[in-house]
Amino acid sequence: MFKTAEELPDPRHSGPLTDRKHRRAYIVAVALMVALSVSFTAGILLWNNPTEPFSDGWWLIVGMRRDSLLTICLVALCHAVATIAFQTAVNNRIITPGIMGFGSLYTLIQTGTVFLFGAAGVNALVGVGPFFAQTIAMMLLATLLYTWLLSGKFSNVHIMLLVGVVLGGTLGSLSNFMQRLLEPSTFDVLTARLFGNISNARTEYLPYAIPIALAVAVVFWLWAPRLNVMALGRTTAQNLGLNHNVELIKILALVSVLISLATALVGPMMFLGFLCAMLAYQFGDTYSHRLLFPLGVLAGYTVLSGSYFILRHVWDAGGAVTVIVELIGGVVFLYFILRKGRL
Amino acid sequence: MITLTDVQKDYSSSVQIGPVTTEIEAGGITALVGPNGAGKSTILTMIGRLLDLDSGQITVAGHDVVNTPSKAIARVLSVLRQENHFVTRLTVRQLVSFGRYPHSRGRLTLGDERYISEAIDFLNLTDLENRYLDQLSGGQRQRAYVAMVLAQQTDYVLLDEPLNNLDMQHAVQMMKQLRRAADELGRTIVIVLHDINFAAHYSDKILAMKNGKVVQHGTPAEMMQDHVLSEIFNTDVTVIDGPNGRLAVYY
Ligand SMILES: Nc1ncnc2c1ncn2[C@@H]1O[C@H](COP(=O)(O)OP(=O)(O)OP(=O)(O)O)[C@@H](O)[C@H]1O
Ligand SMILES: [Mg+2]
Repeated sequence: MFKTAEELPDPRHSGPLTDRKHRRAYIVAVALMVALSVSFTAGILLWNNPTEPFSDGWWLIVGMRRDSLLTICLVALCHAVATIAFQTAVNNRIITPGIMGFGSLYTLIQTGTVFLFGAAGVNALVGVGPFFAQTIAMMLLATLLYTWLLSGKFSNVHIMLLVGVVLGGTLGSLSNFMQRLLEPSTFDVLTARLFGNISNARTEYLPYAIPIALAVAVVFWLWAPRLNVMALGRTTAQNLGLNHNVELIKILALVSVLISLATALVGPMMFLGFLCAMLAYQFGDTYSHRLLFPLGVLAGYTVLSGSYFILRHVWDAGGAVTVIVELIGGVVFLYFILRKGRL
Repeated sequence: MITLTDVQKDYSSSVQIGPVTTEIEAGGITALVGPNGAGKSTILTMIGRLLDLDSGQITVAGHDVVNTPSKAIARVLSVLRQENHFVTRLTVRQLVSFGRYPHSRGRLTLGDERYISEAIDFLNLTDLENRYLDQLSGGQRQRAYVAMVLAQQTDYVLLDEPLNNLDMQHAVQMMKQLRRAADELGRTIVIVLHDINFAAHYSDKILAMKNGKVVQHGTPAEMMQDHVLSEIFNTDVTVIDGPNGRLAVYY
């Protein structure tokens, strides 16, 4: 018998998947998550639809559910890609944009707008123009703040984590404080805006949010080789010809765009990104961002759509999805820290 | 050629490195020696543009290291620091392949793979090339990093204590390989060494630093003298004739 290419020993190569076993594990992980995602997607779309199949009413319900799915997809994409890129840029697989207070910053911008402009501010929160304005404000503020914080000043993970938590807490209480000073009616409108959830997402933003998120994801895809180098640490990256500070700023700017899009849709989430990134590292076991990003997004989509399907259609509590996912993410985060016994 | 003109780094009012003005000629191995805290790593990382200078100018093969884009310098000069943050889920070969990044920008060609294999074989890592970095001993990891820097194929190579963690055999092997790279490929290698006997035997020039200043710069023959070495290292050193050249005895 002739030896097929499959049977020949691997020639020496430096690809991101080391051997056949590794490649198989990666493909199995992807296939498994794709299968799960597809079933959850079908389940969400079709389960429990009381109307006659293919009637107008049926299509209406499917259309609404499709918007929820798009939201889930977008939120998974934003959090997964942002978190993986962020962790690579700061060389740390514990802290995430969520934990470092990106979400709180977004909340503060929203509350601040309402606080400064009163009831008119509430109107200033809705619509396309304000949406872009907020995203840009968030991008500028987050980039400034986090470049300053993360450009090597705190080499110690514990301190960085502490700074993030304190910062998130401070920004949060600042928002809280302003909210207390609001009139009750304005406050109601604001909370309705702030605590979006997947059943009740602000789908009016989808037409803008989707192309922006996709564009950012494409840029990260193109930057993947650079991210791989950034992961080697500041000095090695510099030796290999990257300007570490410039790259860090560029990455943080795009990360903040993704986080503000996701936050605008469903409110701040602290641990979803951590969960996606963790699963991607575990299943992928590779340095290559072109392999990690799809895994992370798939993991996020699977977790979110699975929770949504169960909560919405089995327990009839669709609004609680983000809460439950945060709970899972938080527990995984704790488990991860406790198991390793260190940061 | 590497030129340093009034290069200075002030860490604090009490710790000042420089001003250093010196030239390191192209081709061959220059050993950087001196006691702990003399400023060797500081000077080396400044030449490798990993650390900003407070004043002065450094050029490598005519490129000013501060103003030339990092991208361009990465094809002329490579630098390895004393300590390296290491990424666990990376095999030796994958790490070495990053040395090709300045040339390939992430798209490895067959030619790149060949350079990678050469660098790995050069440092005797062939059997270990598919091991993950966290499954290696300190010395093996050190060699993997040196292989990465060699795969970068730059004319100038700066190494900060690459013999750290290496046993006798591998230390000698690495010095012989570096000697070969200098002789056969015309590389300019600047290397921080603590063992003065290694420095004397394998390098063409020795640059001695003390208290942030360059105190001696000359050939091994000029440096291997009792009073010169005793002065540099603050220790009584006697130089004797050994079977393969002069030996410093300090214990
Ligand atoms: N980041 C820093 N901040 C303040 N002082 C520093 C810093 N890095 C180094 N120093 C000081 O500068 C001096 C020179 O340090 P350097 O690392 O260049 O010494 P070295 O010659 O490489 O020593 P060794 O042989 O121990 O590696 C030392 O006194 C050190 O304490
Ligand atoms: Mg040193």
